[in-house]
Amino acid sequence: MNKIRIATTSLAGCFGCHMSFLDMDERLVELLEHVEFDRSPLTDIKHCGPCDIGLIEGGLCNADNLHVLREFRANCRILIAVGACAINGGVPAMRNHFDLRSCLEESFLNGIGVENPQIPDDVELPLLLDKVRPIHEAVRIDYYLPGCPPSADEFLSVLGDLLAGRIPALPKKLIHYD
Amino acid sequence: MEAKAETAANTINIDGQEIPFEHGQTIMDAAFAAGVYIPHLCHRPGLTPHGSCKLCTVDIRNRISASSTSDRRRQTKFTVDADSRSVSACTTPAAAGQQISSNTPALNEVRKTITQMLFIEGNHLCPSCEKSGDCTLQAVAYHLGMLDGHFPQFFPRREVDASHPTVMLDRDRCILCELCVRASREVDGKNVFAIAGRGTAAHLIVNSPSGKLADSDLETGDMAVHICPVGAILIKEQGYEVPIGRRTFDLHHLGEAGLEKVVLAKTVYRDE
Amino acid sequence: MSPAIRTASSEQLSAFIANTCSKSSHLLHVLHELQHRFLHISPEAVIEVASFLDLPPSQVESAVEFYSFFSTVPHGRFDILLSNCTSCGYTANGQDLLQLLCDRLHVLTGKTRDDGLVSVDETSCIGMCDHGASLLVNGRPVTGLDAVKIMRIAELIETGTPFENWPAEWFDISDSIRKIGLLLSEDITAGNGLRESLMRGIDGTLEEITQSGLRGRGGAGFSTGMKWKFCAEAEGSAHYVICNADEGEPGTFKDRILLQSHADAIFEGMTTCAYAIGAELGFLYLRGEYRYLSPHLEAVLARRRVQGLLGSSILGRSGFNFDIEIVVGAGAYICGEESALIESLEGKRGVPRNRPPFPVTHGYLGQPTVLNNVETFVAAAHIAQNGSAWFRTTGTMKSPGSKLLSVSGDCAYPGIYEYPFGVSIKQVLDDCGAEDVQAVQIGGPAGTLIGRSGYKRIIGFEDLSTGGSFMVFGRKRDLLDIIVNFSRFFAHESCGFCTPCRVGTTLLKNAMNKIAKGQGTQYDLDEMERIGTLIKRRSHCGLGQTAANPILNGLQRFPQIFRQRLARGDFEPSFDLDAALEEARQITHRDDAAAHLE
Repeated sequence: MNKIRIATTSLAGCFGCHMSFLDMDERLVELLEHVEFDRSPLTDIKHCGPCDIGLIEGGLCNADNLHVLREFRANCRILIAVGACAINGGVPAMRNHFDLRSCLEESFLNGIGVENPQIPDDVELPLLLDKVRPIHEAVRIDYYLPGCPPSADEFLSVLGDLLAGRIPALPKKLIHYD
Repeated sequence: MEAKAETAANTINIDGQEIPFEHGQTIMDAAFAAGVYIPHLCHRPGLTPHGSCKLCTVDIRNRISASSTSDRRRQTKFTVDADSRSVSACTTPAAAGQQISSNTPALNEVRKTITQMLFIEGNHLCPSCEKSGDCTLQAVAYHLGMLDGHFPQFFPRREVDASHPTVMLDRDRCILCELCVRASREVDGKNVFAIAGRGTAAHLIVNSPSGKLADSDLETGDMAVHICPVGAILIKEQGYEVPIGRRTFDLHHLGEAGLEKVVLAKTVYRDE
Repeated sequence: MSPAIRTASSEQLSAFIANTCSKSSHLLHVLHELQHRFLHISPEAVIEVASFLDLPPSQVESAVEFYSFFSTVPHGRFDILLSNCTSCGYTANGQDLLQLLCDRLHVLTGKTRDDGLVSVDETSCIGMCDHGASLLVNGRPVTGLDAVKIMRIAELIETGTPFENWPAEWFDISDSIRKIGLLLSEDITAGNGLRESLMRGIDGTLEEITQSGLRGRGGAGFSTGMKWKFCAEAEGSAHYVICNADEGEPGTFKDRILLQSHADAIFEGMTTCAYAIGAELGFLYLRGEYRYLSPHLEAVLARRRVQGLLGSSILGRSGFNFDIEIVVGAGAYICGEESALIESLEGKRGVPRNRPPFPVTHGYLGQPTVLNNVETFVAAAHIAQNGSAWFRTTGTMKSPGSKLLSVSGDCAYPGIYEYPFGVSIKQVLDDCGAEDVQAVQIGGPAGTLIGRSGYKRIIGFEDLSTGGSFMVFGRKRDLLDIIVNFSRFFAHESCGFCTPCRVGTTLLKNAMNKIAKGQGTQYDLDEMERIGTLIKRRSHCGLGQTAANPILNGLQRFPQIFRQRLARGDFEPSFDLDAALEEARQITHRDDAAAHLE
C-alpha cells in the first residue's frame, strides 16, 4: 500500500507547532507506517513534490513565505493551516499595530544597542509585507488546526480522519486557541 | 382545546421543550431559568438587555404563514425561512405559544459566523492574551466549533489605556458588548464607559476629562472591571496566575448555572 | 477669516457656548454652532458643552464622533462635501469632479489644506438628485456641477471670495415638480384643516385619518390613523409629535420640495396630530444636508404663531397648546430609522432602540410619541381639510391616495412625480423620458433593483413599497459600479451597534471592491450571498436588514454583471500581493524582480 505523503513547513512561525507534532512520541512510529514525509524540516528536503497533505505552520510576513505557500498549494491535495499564526497571524501579527517603517527603524536604526545602523536592503533578503497575514488570505485552505500549538492529539485526530478517508472533524474538546 | 390554550398561556416552546415563563420575562430569561443555554455575549442577567451581539438570535415560527406578496418576501432564493422570523432572545418578550428554534445546526452555523466576525474585526490573538481560558468569546467559539476566523482580518489599530494604577484597557479585544457600560451605570452607580464613533470605527471611550482611565472614578472592585467577557478590561498584576487546566472554561461549561458568579470572581480558583 | 479667530480662549468658548445654549439646548444644535464657528469641536469644547448642558463628557464626545458633519480636527474655512450618490454624486456626469477639485486646490480628500483655507471630502447623497452633481459648501448646496463650475469654485475659494460674491443663482434650488396629483395640485389654506379637525373633535379626527386609509409614506406603511390612536391611548406625562425630515435614502428628494414649498401643510399635519394625541411639543428633525432650509422653516413657524396656529389656545381653543422646534441632524443615514432619530433628538448617538416598546408608547424621553414622514403629515393635513372620502378617490384598495416619487438618474426629466398608488414602473419610465433603460432602483439602495421583467410591477404597499426614490440606470451605466457604490454607502452608514451589520457591511464592501477590480472568483460570490443573507435576516434594524439588497438583487437578477468580472481559477487572495510589498520597496529602495509579487 502506498503511504500518504506529507509535507510540512514553518512560515512566520516559531516551529512550536512542529515540536508539538513530535510530541506524539511513540505514536509517531505507528503513524510512520502509514505516512512518509516530503519537504519538511524533519527531512530537510528543500522543495515540495506532489503530496497528499501539506501542513503549514506560521503566517505570511514576507515575500518568501508566499512563494513557499504557493509551492505547497500547487503540490498538496489537502492543505492544512496549523496553529494560531497560520490561522490569524498570531503573535507575529502584533507588529501590524505599527507601520512597517517604524518596525524596521526601531529594529535597525533607533533600537537600544544597535551598531552600524542601517535597514537591510540586500536583494538576497525577502521583502517584508506591510502586514503579517493569515495564510487563508493568500491561498485556498482546506482545513484548520487551531492552537498555540495544536496538541499532538489534534494532529493525530485530523491525520487519523484523513487516513481513514473521512472529512476531518476535530472533536470540540480538542479545540483550543492557546 | 381549552386545556391546550391554558398550556400555551404560560409556556414557550424551545426546540420542542415546553418552558414556563412569567409575565415580563424575555425568551432568554425563561430559557435561563429552565437551564436551557442560548449562546450570548452581550447579555448578563440583572443588566438591561442590549441585543447587540446577535449571538442569541433565534427563529420564531410564524403562527399564520405569511401570505404577503410584498417585495421583501418575494426574494425567495435568498430568504432563509419565510415562515419564521429572527429575533434576539435577550430582548424579545416571551409570549404564550411561541415556537422557537435555537439549538439547531443552521442557527449554530449563523452564530459561528457572527463569532468569526467578532474575531476578525478586532485583534484577538489568544496565545498572547491573559484572558485566555477565562474568555467568554473564546469559550463561545469553542462551543460553536469555530476553527478559524474565516474572513480576512481587519487588523485595526486601537488604543491601549494603561494609565490606571490597577486596571488596564486594551481596545484591541473589545467587542462593543457594552457590558462594562451598563454595569458601571446600573450596578456601580458610576458612568465610566461609553461607545463613541460609528460602524467599524465604533470604540469604547472613558468618561473622564482626559479620556483616560486614570482620571475616571473606576475602582478595582467595580463590577464594570470584572464583567468584560474578553480581555479588553483587565486587572493589572493578576495575569496568568491561574494555571492552564484550572481556568474558568477549563473547569466549567458556558451554559452552566451559577457561572455568572464564577466569572465575576475568577480569583477563587487560587484556593480551589 | 484668519485662522487665529478660530482658536478660542476658554473664556470665548464658554461665552459662545452659553450664548448658543440660550437659543436651543439641543446637543446637536450646540455642536452645529461650534463646528460652524470653530471648524471643529475640540476636546475643550466637549468638556465645556458637557458641563453647560449637564451631560457626561462621554455623551458629548460620542455624539461628536458619530455624526459625519462634526469633526475633532479643524476643517477648512471653505468646507466642501461632494455627494457620492449615483444620481447627484461627483461622478454623475461621467467625470471625477472630486479628483478635479482636489487637484485644482492641491488638497487631499478628507485632509484640510495646510493653510486652513479649504477641506474637501465626500458625503452620502445630499438630496439634489434632480439637479445633477452637487456639493455642500459650508452647508450650502451648489448643484449642476461640471468641470467648468468646479474650476470657478476652486478660483473663488483660492481667492477667499465670500459667499455674497459668489453667483447668487448657484444657491437657488428649484423645485422641479414634473407631475402633480392629489397633494401637489392645491396647497392647503393655513388653518383650514385644523378648523375642520376642531369641529370633528379628537375622536372624529382620529376616525377621519383612519378612514382615509393613509399609511406611512416612509415606506413601512403602518396605518397613520392607528398609530395616532395608539399614541393617544398611551399613558404618559407628555405626548410628542415628531416629523421625520431626515430624508437620507439616496435618490430621495421629495421632502426637500415639501419643506421648501409646502411647509404649511407639514406643520398643519403635525398640529392636527398634536390635537388628536394631546401633544404640546413637536419636533421637525431636519437632515443636516437640508440645514439651509432651516431659516425658511423657522419663518413659517413664526408666521403660524402670529396666525394663532401654534402656541397657546390655538385657534382660540383653550387647552390646545402646541409648538414645534426644528432640530437639525448632522450626517447620519441611520437617523431616518424612527428610534435612532429619537435617540439623536435626545442628544445621543443615533442607535436604533430595541422594540418593543415602540415609540407610540415609549418614544421621545420615554413618552408616547407619533413619528411620521414629512409626506405623511402633508397628506394628513389635506385629509383634515378635504376629508377621507376625497383622499380615497385615488390610489388602490390597499394603498389609498397618492405617492410622491423622486425620479433621478438616466432620464430626460428628473424631478418630483406625484402618482396615484398603483402606477406601473413602465408608466413612470415613459413619463420621465427614460430610454434604453437597463435597470431601475426602487426605494433607494435599501430597496429593490429591478430589470425589464419587473417594469409591469406597481408602486404600492401591495407590491413595491417605497419611500419614493426612483433611480433610472441606462444601458451605458456600469451596474456593478452602482452596486459597489451602494455597498460602500451601507458600510459608511452602519451605526455599529449589532455585529452582523457592523462587520458584515464592511465585508460586503470589500468583496464588491474585489469583484470590481477583477480579482473575485465564484468563491467570493458565494460568500457574498451567504453573508448578505445572514445580515439581512439577523441584523438589529432596517439598515442591516436591507443593506445586502443591492448585492442579493444583483446576484439574482443581473448575475452576468458579476460573472463577466470574475478572475480565472477558484480562488484569489483577499489582498493585493504586490501592493503589500510597496512600503518595503520604498524603505529599501529596491525594485528588483524579487521585490515584486504577482
